[in-house]
Amino acid sequence: MRLSILMGAVSQGLLWSILAIGVYITYKILDYADLTTEGSYPLGAAVAAQMILSGYNPFVATFVSMIAGMAAGFVTGFLNTKLKIPSLLSGILSMTGLYSVNLRIMGKANLPLLKQDTVISVLSDRGIETSTAVLIVGIISVLVVIAILWWFFGTEKGFAIRATGDNSAMIRALGVNTNSMVILGLVISNGLIALSGGIMAQYNGYADVGMGTGTIVIGLASVIIGEVLFGHSSILRSLFAVVLGSILYRIIIAFVLSKGLVPTDLKLLSSVLLAVCLSLPLIKEKLYNFVEKIHGNKQKEGEVNA
Amino acid sequence: MLKLQNVRKVFGKGTANEKVALDKVSFTMNPGDFITVIGGNGAGKSTTLNAIAGLFFIDDGYIEIDGNDVTKLPEHKRAKYIGRVFQDPRMGTATNMSIEENLAMALRRGKKRGLHKGITREEKSKFREYLEMLDLGLENRMSTKTGLLSGGQRQAITLLMATMTKPQLLLLDEHTAALDPKTAKKVLELTEKIIAEDKLTALMVTHNMRDAIKLGNRLIMMHKGNVLIDVCEEDKKYLQVADLLKMFEKASGGQNVDNDRMLLN
Repeated sequence: MRLSILMGAVSQGLLWSILAIGVYITYKILDYADLTTEGSYPLGAAVAAQMILSGYNPFVATFVSMIAGMAAGFVTGFLNTKLKIPSLLSGILSMTGLYSVNLRIMGKANLPLLKQDTVISVLSDRGIETSTAVLIVGIISVLVVIAILWWFFGTEKGFAIRATGDNSAMIRALGVNTNSMVILGLVISNGLIALSGGIMAQYNGYADVGMGTGTIVIGLASVIIGEVLFGHSSILRSLFAVVLGSILYRIIIAFVLSKGLVPTDLKLLSSVLLAVCLSLPLIKEKLYNFVEKIHGNKQKEGEVNA
Repeated sequence: MLKLQNVRKVFGKGTANEKVALDKVSFTMNPGDFITVIGGNGAGKSTTLNAIAGLFFIDDGYIEIDGNDVTKLPEHKRAKYIGRVFQDPRMGTATNMSIEENLAMALRRGKKRGLHKGITREEKSKFREYLEMLDLGLENRMSTKTGLLSGGQRQAITLLMATMTKPQLLLLDEHTAALDPKTAKKVLELTEKIIAEDKLTALMVTHNMRDAIKLGNRLIMMHKGNVLIDVCEEDKKYLQVADLLKMFEKASGGQNVDNDRMLLN
């Protein structure tokens, strides 16, 4: 693999990791499988692209894309906690509705950002190479997100959100309105996911209404790869593990593409990869039992022979 | 301190599984009362505790804690009055969070949670003292996740969490039933000690008649969603298991208690 491809994969992994961190918050901390992701990611892209095209500062546009994602998360949370719609279905409803919303925002299915100012071009216009600029944007935004989340999950409110996903009956008994915590978690998560979409639109040079498809699988794969390979003993460690998982995931993708796989096969690959990751604990156990069995049989044979 | 008036709760209303869990439950607790609650399976003991804690709203009746009408108050808003320990040791703590983090959350029971630090240095040293009091060696494992602890250790921590802010009312729902006899005895002794030292008002459900007689200053026996017997402080001093059985037979209209789990203990 050429170095430039590797560097591209690392930058992309960093930008995607903001989405993966959002997925980590719902899936791992809140214990909530949130499909809003597939709608809030293109929502962020749509808002950022449309605002930049309307002449707004790209940083303002990026910030507003995050706010839009937070609103989407709030809707899902409201459907789930106040209207008592099951969590999976709440996400599906938001995701489906957002498809129309995104088209409304964009006005058409694809919105190119040709020769527009972006958070990346602001740097590259100052003489920094584009690939380096992407890396800088990625590193800074990831570090800021991690710093804020690390602080937040160490606060009283952060504790309450973590406990809500862990044992909601217990934290309710301690006086926490768990419905509010679920909503808050979804708001933060989808804000980050839309932020990722907003930056990614500027990196790719377009927003597309179909760009959300499969994002939940990409996010989950990053979370699981990160957790399995880099541990999850604390919140800070988990957050960095998710980022590393996301980067590793992009490197795997870049690798198979360089070996001749066509981009349209990537979604299947993502699914297979995630399925393998999710079944790792079971595979590990079966393997362990298998080894034990062989070992046990050998011992028995030994006894007979003696 | 606590007042229940004609509390009624029917589960599965209008379905084939309709069950009157609480029929007309009334009793009053005075400050410092330690009431033990016994009764067979389905008598309504746990349901009574859950109704007080606000896990569901009652169909009819009135609940008052410390002079406040809480009948319509949701669970998380009643939490400021109530400390709870559950039967299942897994229920009482957030298992992916450390001992000290769990204690810190319990310290903020019923208070507004903002963006202040979830746990402070002073709190940690305070928790160390509390844990030393438990005498289980947990003071040196404060950053251990509670999921890694034994059931008895977790129940002891849950008890500490429920009582360290001295709640107006302590609800114990068979909190030693899932423990082995030796651990159960230790947790029960700890319960007795904490209630006595902090002069707490407590309601304890148990399946063990001897414990019910030995502990507390009052005893309530429930049957089919009603309070069948309410033994006052004077009478409880001389109460024997045999007396209790006789009272049950008489009050329930000659029903036999042979099949009831409460006799097994």
